Amino acid sequence: MEFADLIKTPKLDGVFLHDHLHAKVEGTLCITGHHLLLSARQENSQELWLLHKNIDCVEKKPYTVQNMVMGGIITLKCKDLRIISLEIKYAKEYYNVAASLEALSSLHNPELEYPFFYRPMYTILEDGFTMFRPELEFAKLISGAACNQLNGNENSVGVTNNTTGSCEWRITTVNKDFSVCPTYGTVLIVPKSVTDEQIVQSAAFRDGGRFPVLSYRHENGATLMRSAQPLPIQGIKRCRADEAILNVVLGRSKKGFIVDTWGKGKSNTETDQHYSQWKKVNRAIGNISTPSAILDSYAKLIEACNDTTCSADKWLSRLEASGWLSLVLNSLNAACVVAQCLDQEGSPVLVHGSKGLDSTLIVTSLVQIILNPDCRTARGLQALIEREWIQAGHPFASRHRYACYTPAQNRPKNSGATFVLFLDCIYQLYTQFPCSFEFSMHLLILLYEHSYFSQYGTFLCDSERERHELGVQTRTTSLWSYLNRPDVLKNMLNPLYEPNPSVIWPSVAPISLELWSELYLRWTIEQKNSSKMLQQIQELVTQEKELRAKAIRLRKQASDLSNEMDDLLIAE
Amino acid sequence: MDFTKFMNKFNEIERTLSPTSSLRLTFDNISPESEEPDANKRLWGVPVPPFVSDKVVSWIEEEFNEPPIYYNGNAVIRKVENVRMIDRYNAKNPTVGTLYLTATHLIFVEPDSNKETWILHMHIANIEKLPLSTTGSPLLIRCKTFLSVTFVIPKDSECHDVYTSLMKLYQPVSINKLYCFNYQPAKDDFPKSSGWDFFKLENEFRRLRVPNDIWTLCTLNMNYELCDTYPRQIYVPQEANTAMLIGSSRFRSKGRLPALTYLHSNKASICRCSQPLSGFSARCLEDEQMLEAIRKTNPNTDYMYVVDTRPRINAMANRAAGKGYENEAFYENIKFHFLGIENIHVQRTSLQKLIEACEQKTPTMSGFLNSLESSGWLKNIRSILDTSSFIASAVDKGVSVVVHCSDGWDRTAQVCSLAALMLDPYYRTIKGFQALIEKDWLAFGHKFSERCGHVQTDQREVSPIFTQFLDCTWQLMTQRSDAFEFNERFLLILHDHVHSCQFGTFVGNCEKDRLDLKLSERTFSLWGFMANHLNEYINPLYKPDVDKTIKPNLQPQCIKFWRGMFSRFESGVHPREPLSDLLLVSKDHCTSLEDHVQHLTKRIASFKNYISKSAKKLQDATAKTYKEPASEINDNKYNYDRKMSELSSADDDHPLKPTEMSFANLSLNERIDSASIKEEINSVAVDWKSMRNVTACSCSTPFDQFSKKTHCWKCGDIFCERCIDKSIPLPGQDSGKPVPVCRTCFRLVQKTSP
Repeated sequence: MEFADLIKTPKLDGVFLHDHLHAKVEGTLCITGHHLLLSARQENSQELWLLHKNIDCVEKKPYTVQNMVMGGIITLKCKDLRIISLEIKYAKEYYNVAASLEALSSLHNPELEYPFFYRPMYTILEDGFTMFRPELEFAKLISGAACNQLNGNENSVGVTNNTTGSCEWRITTVNKDFSVCPTYGTVLIVPKSVTDEQIVQSAAFRDGGRFPVLSYRHENGATLMRSAQPLPIQGIKRCRADEAILNVVLGRSKKGFIVDTWGKGKSNTETDQHYSQWKKVNRAIGNISTPSAILDSYAKLIEACNDTTCSADKWLSRLEASGWLSLVLNSLNAACVVAQCLDQEGSPVLVHGSKGLDSTLIVTSLVQIILNPDCRTARGLQALIEREWIQAGHPFASRHRYACYTPAQNRPKNSGATFVLFLDCIYQLYTQFPCSFEFSMHLLILLYEHSYFSQYGTFLCDSERERHELGVQTRTTSLWSYLNRPDVLKNMLNPLYEPNPSVIWPSVAPISLELWSELYLRWTIEQKNSSKMLQQIQELVTQEKELRAKAIRLRKQASDLSNEMDDLLIAE
Repeated sequence: MDFTKFMNKFNEIERTLSPTSSLRLTFDNISPESEEPDANKRLWGVPVPPFVSDKVVSWIEEEFNEPPIYYNGNAVIRKVENVRMIDRYNAKNPTVGTLYLTATHLIFVEPDSNKETWILHMHIANIEKLPLSTTGSPLLIRCKTFLSVTFVIPKDSECHDVYTSLMKLYQPVSINKLYCFNYQPAKDDFPKSSGWDFFKLENEFRRLRVPNDIWTLCTLNMNYELCDTYPRQIYVPQEANTAMLIGSSRFRSKGRLPALTYLHSNKASICRCSQPLSGFSARCLEDEQMLEAIRKTNPNTDYMYVVDTRPRINAMANRAAGKGYENEAFYENIKFHFLGIENIHVQRTSLQKLIEACEQKTPTMSGFLNSLESSGWLKNIRSILDTSSFIASAVDKGVSVVVHCSDGWDRTAQVCSLAALMLDPYYRTIKGFQALIEKDWLAFGHKFSERCGHVQTDQREVSPIFTQFLDCTWQLMTQRSDAFEFNERFLLILHDHVHSCQFGTFVGNCEKDRLDLKLSERTFSLWGFMANHLNEYINPLYKPDVDKTIKPNLQPQCIKFWRGMFSRFESGVHPREPLSDLLLVSKDHCTSLEDHVQHLTKRIASFKNYISKSAKKLQDATAKTYKEPASEINDNKYNYDRKMSELSSADDDHPLKPTEMSFANLSLNERIDSASIKEEINSVAVDWKSMRNVTACSCSTPFDQFSKKTHCWKCGDIFCERCIDKSIPLPGQDSGKPVPVCRTCFRLVQKTSP
């Protein structure tokens, strides 16, 4: 299929562009294979440059005069939450443009997506696809212990565990052809004494083959594992291999915790008798049972946010009815509980939900942000997302194919907004600890956008396997390659950052949560203040630094001169 | 035993020792030696503050025959041990300590953590005895500062005693017994007169260029004959004659005739008044003429707005009582608007519900949002801002506005002051905001005594009108972080002292009350107190030259719950790294460094000057034997400086000037040896200690998020308010301004620079 077949009107003059915050603009509309452009051909005027994939849904409102369509308004509701209207004066062009945009924004073949066509204009300094190789990342994770070595030949990571004596981890390539678990990557970390056969058995016991793997190892040696729920198959009561894995993890600890993030009755859990040393904890992130429920909640939130004309009471009840902030609160709460088990009790924790692709990942990644200062750096956050979301098999393509504007009945069941929820949770942590994060809020918003539509291949596909099959690594550019360019990264940094080595315990009181208006309201209410504030903070901090340097320099000069004077005196 | 001596001793100890909580400083105790004419009123030889009634004294004397106990220099009326304090987020592990009840405060001391909780009696909103539990009798105390604590007292009889004594102490019957009439600042911070004349009404109007050829001073109210709740000076249109003024005043509720409160640079104005006594059909020609005269002061438009801030239905109801609103048919050229701010009773209930929302035992997100919504607080805040914004934009467009509600002292005060705040950048400075309060709240009258419950009053008269004004200001501040010179702390201090009655500023309901009570002679002014703490109220992001008028975002999404006010004392729920504090520290640090850099620059210049001079002279004197170091000549700056120094020393050949080259002479004014420059350098901290993970002051007073943490400008360490009460100029700073230093550094600096 050629894009040209879909583009019926590649160029059209006299199109009016409306959006909420700006004045109406007249310009020329261009449609290319991947972009929609609108240029007013005037200095300083608004220019629109929209990736088709950003379009969440297209709404048409034809003008009719005496039953004749005389053009109309095409409203584009975008995944970045923006709503744009195009006013077209001719019937034919109106239909053509609408049809083209509908077709181009819903292409299903991933190989036609923009990342496969995009070539960066700059030389790549660091390839983002190899920047966070699992071997290296896990070696870093493990290296918190006193004795560690990464032995490339034996593929094992030796660790002396403070609490359990000696516990070792190894890299397994049992999933190298994605046969054991289609959603995991090829390189995984498991306890050393567990054999590949046991892993295969355990994978058969768990939903989607997602057997327990290491997610994080705290500095006190306590480990965080994640998996999917045990398969709800009648007859299969237990799996000794699965129990063995957990027992090895337990080591000498008296007890471990299995945290269920999906809630009782909605997911399957391990039986008490076979996992007697593991205490089951239910910390559901919400009263929901599918990932698409998260998107439903998000859609309600955005609908409420976009209605700026409603009364103050109505707004609060709609905010409440969306349930979004409850999801945020519960996610943070679950993460804090897990973090507490690891940090305060030093016990191992296994986190799962149902398939271990959504709520599980929110919790395991939030735990790491709370506990591990590395994850609060710009690079650390990228590594975390790469490890806990992309390699862990969060199905970005399915979840983010549709966003909040597509009507619920048109959304497939596997849609979701889990990653948005995760970013919102980071935002909450950020507002409570504004000096402990190396990155600024811009980075979170950038990640939000790129997870939906991007010229980079990082968030493409549903799993490592699909990316492997399409050759994403070789055929596209990584977002991380772009992001870590010094001139890009410097705009994403938090001027107030002061490395904080300690654990950050957030407040999970409802009063402490804040609506992320910089993201949700940015196209409806101008967010000038927050960017201005950031700029002023930057100025103040820079001034402080410069003055400090100047004072030190002058001090030296002054004392040198005074010594010189003393010499003069002596000479005299 | 000589108790006065005893007390003196205690005060001495207190002055030298006594690092305690920040509240301690702010709400300092009554000095026991305060001059008390009523010599009979003594309890155990100690003068009793006059607002403690004789009944209480005799009751105390009957109840206690043991010698008095003191806590931090305060005579303790009651001391109860093994009391458990429960705050909401700490319900599981309450802290055990001792409760002291003094004449002015309730103090809870936790011996383990060195932490103290001080509750000023004036701040108590209500006291509730909760049902007996297995561990004792709980006493729930809610404060006007939104602190809510429960003390569990082991013995029910003791609890009852504390309860009854608090009931007697917390709300005086007479205005003359308020705290301010006894309050003495701890140190001689500022004289009693300080602050009372900071904001003269005529100065504020002069700033607005009033009187002028259109607006004039009306002298009819010089003895409050026209309206006793108005200020003596009221400004009215030049055209308004005596008959119009008197007529209009008689036609308005409580005589509150239309008077100028704000004049914009485009000649559009805001006038305020109370509702007309129009009933269903009454009209008053003078009042109609008066409004027409106001309209004519503004040549821009041929109409003006009359804004009734009430909902239409309320205004209609008032007509039945012979009051009501202006009839557009009778008043020429007015456009009449109802703007729907609810009355004081709705606002009071709204605040109660808001407090309940904050006090939920196990709050869920939706539970909180639901109760926040049903409180209607944000809706009410929004409608106040909406009305104010309507007035501000009308005035900005050149249309004058006359504002009233019922009596014109609640909603009218709110919207007039907020509209002015949006229009005039001056009011967004610290000084300007105080002037605004002085004008629209104090001079034009607001029933502080009733609304804030200063004295025992009808509960139906209490309403958080001023709190809402502060909340609205906060909303504007959060939307425009660079437009205000002051910060959140400033608003909180204002709020607390409006209720504390520690200062006379907010005592009484109008100018006349304050004169009658002779407040400026008998009490301290809050403005005087605040003038000494200005550096704490600065918004570090303030840019004075931003837009003149500010337009608030009024979408419901932009109206926020003010956590910093209503959940202030729940230490767990606030951001752990408070931005405003950090930025304020950065700003102070910059100031310190700038000053230091300035000093060093001057020193270096004078060194160079000196070296060049001496080098030159040396060269002249020993031209054959001494050579100037080559390296110095290469320095351009040096050369430049030398030229400068030659210019400045043009009087070198002055006959009186000693021609003989002598270092000793020069040293008198210029010579600084390496030791003293070192000292100067060491007197200023280049690095300030990070605010993070500072949990306690060196005096072991624990820090919480609202205790003020101050850096010593000399050593850079962080101290609590008590330990850093000294200021001294540092030798390493150019301006010679006294700056905060810790006690150790103070001694060091004092020693070296006598």
